[in-house]
Amino acid sequence: MIGAPISAPAIMSALSQNRRGKLSGTPKNTSSLRKVSQFVARTRRDFLRDAAGVALGSTLFRPSWTRAATLPSRRKVVIVTFGGGARDQETFALEGQENIPHLMREFIPKATFFTQVVNRGILGHYVATASLATGVYETFNNFAAVAPQSPTVFEYFRKDLKRPSSDAWVVAPSNGFNRIGESSHRSYGAGLGARVILPKRLLTAATSGRGNDYQHLLRDNYETPYFAPELAGSEFELQQLEMILKLSVDDFKNHAQTLSSPDELSLYITRQLMRQVAPSLLWITMHDIDIAHAGAFSLYIDGIRRTDRLCSDLWKAIQSEPEYAGKTTLFILPDFGRDSDEDAGGNGFQHHRTGDVLSRTTWMLVAGPGIREGVVFDRAVDSTDLVPTLGSMLGFVPSLAQGKPINELL
Amino acid sequence: MLPRDLKPGQFAGYPPEARKIVTNYLATLQQLPLSFVPSLLRELIDYDFKFPAERTAREKELAKLSSLSGEELKAWFDGFVQIRLSPQLEEFDWVRAPAQFVERLSAHLWSTHQLDAFRKASNDYADRLRVAVPPERPPIPRLGIAVIGQGVALYDQPLFRRLRAHGAYFSGIKPENGLRQLLGAVAARAKAHPDPYAHWYIDGGGEVDHAASLTCVSYKSLEPARLVLLHKMESEINRPGMGPEALRSLLAQLRPADLGMDSKPNNKPKDEVLERFEVSLLTEGSGTQIFSTSFAQWAAREALRRAQPLTLLVRFAPRQRQKPMNELLSAVSASPEFDFVGSLVDADMGAYYNWVNQQRLPGAEQSSFLVWFEGHNQALAIGPSTPRGTESTSAADLEQVLSWTV
Repeated sequence: MIGAPISAPAIMSALSQNRRGKLSGTPKNTSSLRKVSQFVARTRRDFLRDAAGVALGSTLFRPSWTRAATLPSRRKVVIVTFGGGARDQETFALEGQENIPHLMREFIPKATFFTQVVNRGILGHYVATASLATGVYETFNNFAAVAPQSPTVFEYFRKDLKRPSSDAWVVAPSNGFNRIGESSHRSYGAGLGARVILPKRLLTAATSGRGNDYQHLLRDNYETPYFAPELAGSEFELQQLEMILKLSVDDFKNHAQTLSSPDELSLYITRQLMRQVAPSLLWITMHDIDIAHAGAFSLYIDGIRRTDRLCSDLWKAIQSEPEYAGKTTLFILPDFGRDSDEDAGGNGFQHHRTGDVLSRTTWMLVAGPGIREGVVFDRAVDSTDLVPTLGSMLGFVPSLAQGKPINELL
Repeated sequence: MLPRDLKPGQFAGYPPEARKIVTNYLATLQQLPLSFVPSLLRELIDYDFKFPAERTAREKELAKLSSLSGEELKAWFDGFVQIRLSPQLEEFDWVRAPAQFVERLSAHLWSTHQLDAFRKASNDYADRLRVAVPPERPPIPRLGIAVIGQGVALYDQPLFRRLRAHGAYFSGIKPENGLRQLLGAVAARAKAHPDPYAHWYIDGGGEVDHAASLTCVSYKSLEPARLVLLHKMESEINRPGMGPEALRSLLAQLRPADLGMDSKPNNKPKDEVLERFEVSLLTEGSGTQIFSTSFAQWAAREALRRAQPLTLLVRFAPRQRQKPMNELLSAVSASPEFDFVGSLVDADMGAYYNWVNQQRLPGAEQSSFLVWFEGHNQALAIGPSTPRGTESTSAADLEQVLSWTV
């Protein structure tokens, strides 16, 4: 059974209330996915134009051959999922921009921004992230430790380009993501995927024997905070720590004490990984924002502000690492949005259960050499377009992905 | 099994009132699609423990459905008929466990990409029903009150930002006896219109003195039940094979006695409808077990959705602080600390949601809403005659503001 967020009960229990009390600021007719998506896109574009003076992409679009000379020979790609579902109101809408000062000031002027990225799949974090990574809307149980059914971007990348396992890595937030790097597809799968590092799992292993006070809080499966798939053993993780990341257990624990959130820990591990291994394809899943499921708005906002800052820190790290500087393309995108305040079946920012248009529509920001700067594209792209785009960028063929390459980035 | 195979004896396990209403309308239920019936049964199985507004709505809904011709039923339910179900769903014992069926249906809809079709079918049905059975208007205009920021000495950021465009902002409120004035106003409305479950007081902390005529729910009074629940959840998740869905199903079956709510210390008369409501806040709400602000907001949302009160006063209280990882690692076992400013931000958003949810009820155009920064001179009032987007610096107490608003 699919462990998707509950929607049907909410819809049914709210039947007598749906569509009442429409609030200002929403399009008149929300029945059309396309209309609403376009409304959202226009709104974001206008906000961005006002705030950062960016230009509409269609007027600047130029053929890819004109940029070929600017591309570095050994390109690297870093993908960041802007952790755990974020809404427009709290990010790129006018009232939300105060929460993302780094994205607004540092990234938008240097990036290509897509206002309309639509996720048509299951809005659960693991399955949605897996869908982003495969280019196929996966349908497995969100809460089970299972591999994606379709080949991941890491498998295409490594198989087609004959890259070693050290060249593709995933830094993931919780035990539930431990199978994200490699699919169960018979033509790919075993031995061809990315190496996955679970920073909190590392921390749990490194601090074993210190009692249970912190362990359940190290889980960040906020959708079901009392449940996370368990993994066996800790030797592999500790081996990663010392052999690959060149970190002693004590140094790791000491540094962790200076951090305030799981995503900060993920960034710390990411920086070690970049420094020691320098993978060409690096995927980081942030997750702090998903604390929103606990219903505390201030913690949700804190999560957005932290993620914004961490994206900036990551970009600075990219610029300062010789292996990455000048040849890295950075993708930042939420896996999906969250329920809108207008949908009576949900409870606003708290969840992503209704499947309404706003919870399915989000954004993507891309920066790096060869990427147009300060440009906004309004047309709808699909979540599953990411993998084909990466394929065109890096030179592999994601033959089983459903999406299409985003030409504006090529 | 399909709805056409329904028989009266299958409802023997339902509580008496639920059994009665289901069997009365069995012929109608037999004509409805499987993608719809369990959702309705999910509501009806708890009919004995529903609020009056919910009972009335279900009765009218069933009466309307039973009056429809075959052609009309076809038109009303065409969207649901188009939903493709799995054999597993058809074989599920949805009569006995409709809530579990609906949970499985939800997963099925997501995985088969039928969620949008189901949403459309649901919305179309709701629209038809609303036209055919217009919701009852309240006997008096509704009043919602939110009291936020308890314990915050100083806060220099703007409050009520999402609500300001809809009402009048007051910056000269005289805060003395503010809470007592508000509770007094709620009590007066309860006295004038003494309908059951029509006037509510929800407190995110401990309840203060209030009129006995108010339906009261507080975070503090549910603390023993919360602790039992948390313990139960922790022990359940360690059981082999336990997953989120199984845990959710288990929680949905909990009753007041399971959480030790049978023996109330305050000698209040037993109210099983309210107790079931309180249990649902803890078992169906997310974060309600750990954060008082989440509890207060969710309790208000559910009270509005289900009981449709004429008056609702919600007082938010400070929630416990979210511990950062470094404190967890250093194993500092401090006594619970409160996040006062964070709780104010939570409550500011919660107040907005209270207003949004109140506006979803019948009579929204006549309803009023007041939010007050407790102990301070800021408030905002929304009412049918309150000028929108305005600001007043005049000195006034909350009684006066209410008199101008309601």
